Amino acid sequence: MSQNAAKFVKDTGVQKRPGLSDTAGRTPASAAKPIVSANVQVSDSGKSRARAREWAWRLFLPAITFLIVIAIWSFIHSDIAKDVPSPLATWKHAIDVFSHPFYNAGPNDMGIGWQLLYSLGRVLSGFGLAVVVGIPVGFLMGMSETFERAWQPLVQILRPVSPLAWLPIGLLLFKAVDPSAIFVIFITCIWPTVMNTAAGVKAIPKDYLNVSRVLQLSKWETTRRILLPATLPYIVTGMRLSLGIAWMVIVAAEMLTGGIGIGFYVWDEWNNLNVKSIIVAIVLIGLVGMLLEAGMMLVQKRLDYRT
Amino acid sequence: MSGFLSLDRMGIVFETRNGPYRALQDVDLRIAQGEFVTVIGHSGCGKSTVLNIVAGLLRATEGGVLLENREVNSPGPERAVVFQNHSLLPWLTVYDNVRLAVDKVFRKTKSKIERDEWTRHNLRLVQMNNAADKRPSEISGGMKQRVGIARALAMEPKVLLMDEPFGALDALTRAHLQDALMTIHADLGNTVIMITHDVDEAVLLSDRIVMMTNGPAATVGKVLSVSLARPRKRLSLADDTEYNRCRADVMKFLYRQTETDDPRAA
Repeated sequence: MSQNAAKFVKDTGVQKRPGLSDTAGRTPASAAKPIVSANVQVSDSGKSRARAREWAWRLFLPAITFLIVIAIWSFIHSDIAKDVPSPLATWKHAIDVFSHPFYNAGPNDMGIGWQLLYSLGRVLSGFGLAVVVGIPVGFLMGMSETFERAWQPLVQILRPVSPLAWLPIGLLLFKAVDPSAIFVIFITCIWPTVMNTAAGVKAIPKDYLNVSRVLQLSKWETTRRILLPATLPYIVTGMRLSLGIAWMVIVAAEMLTGGIGIGFYVWDEWNNLNVKSIIVAIVLIGLVGMLLEAGMMLVQKRLDYRT
Repeated sequence: MSGFLSLDRMGIVFETRNGPYRALQDVDLRIAQGEFVTVIGHSGCGKSTVLNIVAGLLRATEGGVLLENREVNSPGPERAVVFQNHSLLPWLTVYDNVRLAVDKVFRKTKSKIERDEWTRHNLRLVQMNNAADKRPSEISGGMKQRVGIARALAMEPKVLLMDEPFGALDALTRAHLQDALMTIHADLGNTVIMITHDVDEAVLLSDRIVMMTNGPAATVGKVLSVSLARPRKRLSLADDTEYNRCRADVMKFLYRQTETDDPRAA
């Protein structure tokens, strides 16, 4: 299992994503540094010119991609499937939707902002619960071979199951939509959190533990001063992965549970045959997911002693 | 005869997948207080195992270790270890790495201010006080090893155990650290056991050199007393007859080991 867990961590990205680390690390300023010492005036204008070029490049390429996609979309709208709304109509609808995101016309008709907040609330609750439960369990699995032997088979069986399969169990247990959705998100987040924490604990160099033994640190001191800081990068990676998957799962879960939430919104608009709203929602979900990821990357940067 | 530190017919057998493996047998050694002893031998002969048993990180399966007539059976700060790869905690600053040890050992006996002063004092001892706020990743390998030594010294150990502390360093850095170590040893008079595979290092630093035979069932092959006056200066030693005699002695022993114990040579 330790191999599995390590592979899992490796596959899914302890390493920083090249895209995001690019924005953070390699700035054009540092690239132009050697010139600065040679001639201040020339290098200053050179530096800003390089920076301008870098930015143009960074905006220009994605802009082209977007244009191509919109062109294909227009073509689908005009020549293949007339039911797909045109980009322009969708854009107009988006402006309409976002101009009053928080209207509230009764429980079945609320603005997209509310839908989004409900979904986020469920995701963060389930995620929070999973972190609170998953980190200690991961620690136990990483530290105690007995515990790992006892739990590993169960985890291996349950981990590949789509979290949505748990929704009926949630509904049965809680007899309400909200806790059931949170339960599904909890299940979603618990596995990556447990596995990454356990992998992190196992990856602690033996030397660090020898240091703790020579210093005669107590169990608690060892956990607080050595195990926790050494494992933190792994834990945060597990959390980041969890949150990303949870944001995907919540949409599907809410389609099934109904009521309110961005997933339900998508399904409801489909029932109204309002495809424009669905496209708007897809883009919005993507943007929020991206922000969640960026937020977790920030947390990771703060907590990872290697950066 | 009972010394300050005695290794008493010590042996260890590891359980491996291919059955039991006897790494050490009948390792017998008496070390006086304040003595600087190096253990030298070919890699894989169990030098580090000897050190780890004295540290209490491993338990001998036969015989044992007595420090001031008390049996050693678990690790403790009175036998501080300078690890081969420094083992500084990367999330702590240089200061905090040493302070962690100081806080643990002197929690009851020193006040907060005294512990701060003691931490800084030990960093000064290895000339690392200027890098106190740096992280281990921001300093060089030699500096890391200095901090590792400061951390060990800060525990005021009865015995300082050093596991090839300079093995990974370049020659110049290594020479600097050897000089620093000699100065510290002269000032503090620690009892030191140091593992090395470097003959010059062994002769330069030691009062006695313990030469180990090759494993399996490695043991003490020969013990050589180095009767060079201290302080020792590495430059003037180059032409010293006693120095060269010792050096040749160790070389001969090590060379004979490869000749007799290498099964491929037969």
